[in-house]
Amino acid sequence: MNDTISVTIKVWRQENPDAPGRFETHPQEITTDASFLEMLDLLNEQLNDRGEEPIVFESDCREGICGTCGLMINGRAHGPQKATATCQLHMREFEDGDEIVIEPFRAAGFPVIRDLAVDRSPLDHIIESGGFISVGSGAAPDANLTPVAREAAEKAFDAAACIGCGACVAACPNSAAQLFTSAKVGHMALLPQGQPERWSRTEAMVEVMESYFGSCTNHGECHEACPKEISLDFIAYLNRDYVKAKVKNRALSGQR
Amino acid sequence: MVQSIRERYRVQPVRAHKRNWPFPLNIYQSAVGRKWVMALTGIGLVGFVLIHMVGNLHVYEGPARMYEYAETLRTLGGGLVPKGLILWLMRFGLAGMFALHLHAAITLKDMSRHSSEDSGIMSGAKKYAGGRDHIAATYASRTMRWTGPIIALYLLFHLADLTWGWWLGPDFVRGDPYHNVATSLASLPVAALYVAANVALALHIFHGAWSIFQSLGVNNPRYNHLRRGLATGIAGLILVGNLSFPILTQTGLINEDNRPCPVNDSTGLVCLAEQAEGH
Ligand code: HEM
Ligand code: SF4
Ligand code: FES
Repeated sequence: MNDTISVTIKVWRQENPDAPGRFETHPQEITTDASFLEMLDLLNEQLNDRGEEPIVFESDCREGICGTCGLMINGRAHGPQKATATCQLHMREFEDGDEIVIEPFRAAGFPVIRDLAVDRSPLDHIIESGGFISVGSGAAPDANLTPVAREAAEKAFDAAACIGCGACVAACPNSAAQLFTSAKVGHMALLPQGQPERWSRTEAMVEVMESYFGSCTNHGECHEACPKEISLDFIAYLNRDYVKAKVKNRALSGQR
Repeated sequence: MVQSIRERYRVQPVRAHKRNWPFPLNIYQSAVGRKWVMALTGIGLVGFVLIHMVGNLHVYEGPARMYEYAETLRTLGGGLVPKGLILWLMRFGLAGMFALHLHAAITLKDMSRHSSEDSGIMSGAKKYAGGRDHIAATYASRTMRWTGPIIALYLLFHLADLTWGWWLGPDFVRGDPYHNVATSLASLPVAALYVAANVALALHIFHGAWSIFQSLGVNNPRYNHLRRGLATGIAGLILVGNLSFPILTQTGLINEDNRPCPVNDSTGLVCLAEQAEGH
């Protein structure tokens, strides 16, 4: 089916990080087969043709793996479809006559660069603070040299699915980055390769997280917004590991 | 000096790193650690509220048994410790838990508030210019920073009302809780206030008792589905128990019509003590 719908796009425009922003309204006729970002591409072509500034937004892979494309659509991070990044959202999720409000992901740690593009580098700083893991980096090791229980590998993979899009921060009323950080800490804490630096890594990443972001109150909005459906359980494991990291005598950590 | 674009627009931390306090105080310096303290004090406070509610059910057994219960609290520990010592220790413990819980709540709220450019002063919750759509957050979770302070104010009112007897005046009889409760809650505005405050308390516990598990990291996928029911059960129990006192006083179930003893702090208390002996 190739339906065409008329929608009203109400989009956030902001010249630069220091400028005050405002909403701009554009009527749009669009096929329901278009993806959300294609809709914005078409709108930008129209703006270009009229000699107006196109709307700045980020995207790269357009297949839900790079994490750059996050937008706040009608008050939901990544829009109305569950477990879907903005780039994989399609116009068939909307009805004829809808008003679609588009805003950048908001947090003091995500300053707006321009229009819908925000600077998410604090997430990178959290990752950086995690440092290295100790693995042999000579010739490629034999497969299955380090045995990992299948369940643990699966769980670690669930956490590693995080694409660092920042939707969890955007959706959080506290602007906390707990889900992102817990996914990053979690996928290493579950594997044998992640054990040697487990406690120092958890401590460092939580502390950098807290220098940019708010304090989690367990609303659970992050999980609903997350395109990869990262589980809230990881937040519990992060909280547990952080306090353990503070208490543990690391010289004895080999003894359990 | 010319500032590069990169420097100018580098995202600045919202909070500077402070020098570490000595262990174990450094746990409280972090938000995760502070939330952990909040959860532990929360357990203590929920425990207190539950025991307090169950204890108060003694009013349904009449003035003498209520007197006996109050006396039991004062004589906890038997003859081993001075009378009232254990009760005072519990009071100090409770006050300490309240203070910690409150301090953590206020400071963490501020931390969240400063982590968004635009956020509610009271709730600390981030605002979107175009509005936002909550999916998982409950009414209870979004009002924790309102129900908390409501509980704090109610607590002060409650102490002034039934512990210190500020506005019952000559009607207040220290040592005769049945009489004090029946007299105070007979006033409609006072009863309404108790009802409103206890609804706030139940909402607070409805989210809090669930939240504790996450904050402490007590998480096992096998049992996680039980958390919601447990929190609802505890909140519901406390709600029903605590609401029964003002409501049943208003409907006349708790009154002093059949009271065997006079109301005063001399012969009245002696009579209550004798009645309590006799059962
Ligand atoms: C002095 C008045 C109080 C204030 C200002 C207050 C405030 C707060 C706030 C702001 C939170 C954090 C909300 C969140 O993380 O979602 C919280 C959590 C909590 N509160 Fe209170 N509260 C008060 C009294 C109480 C009482 C009397 C109880 C017990 C019945 C209680 C039990 C809890 C619990 C169990 C939590 C959850 C802790 C956690 O998330 O780990 N609070 N409180
Ligand atoms: S946890 Fe989910 S929402 Fe948060 S950054 Fe990772 S993928 Fe995005
Ligand atoms: S563009 Fe890469 S995840 Fe959306």
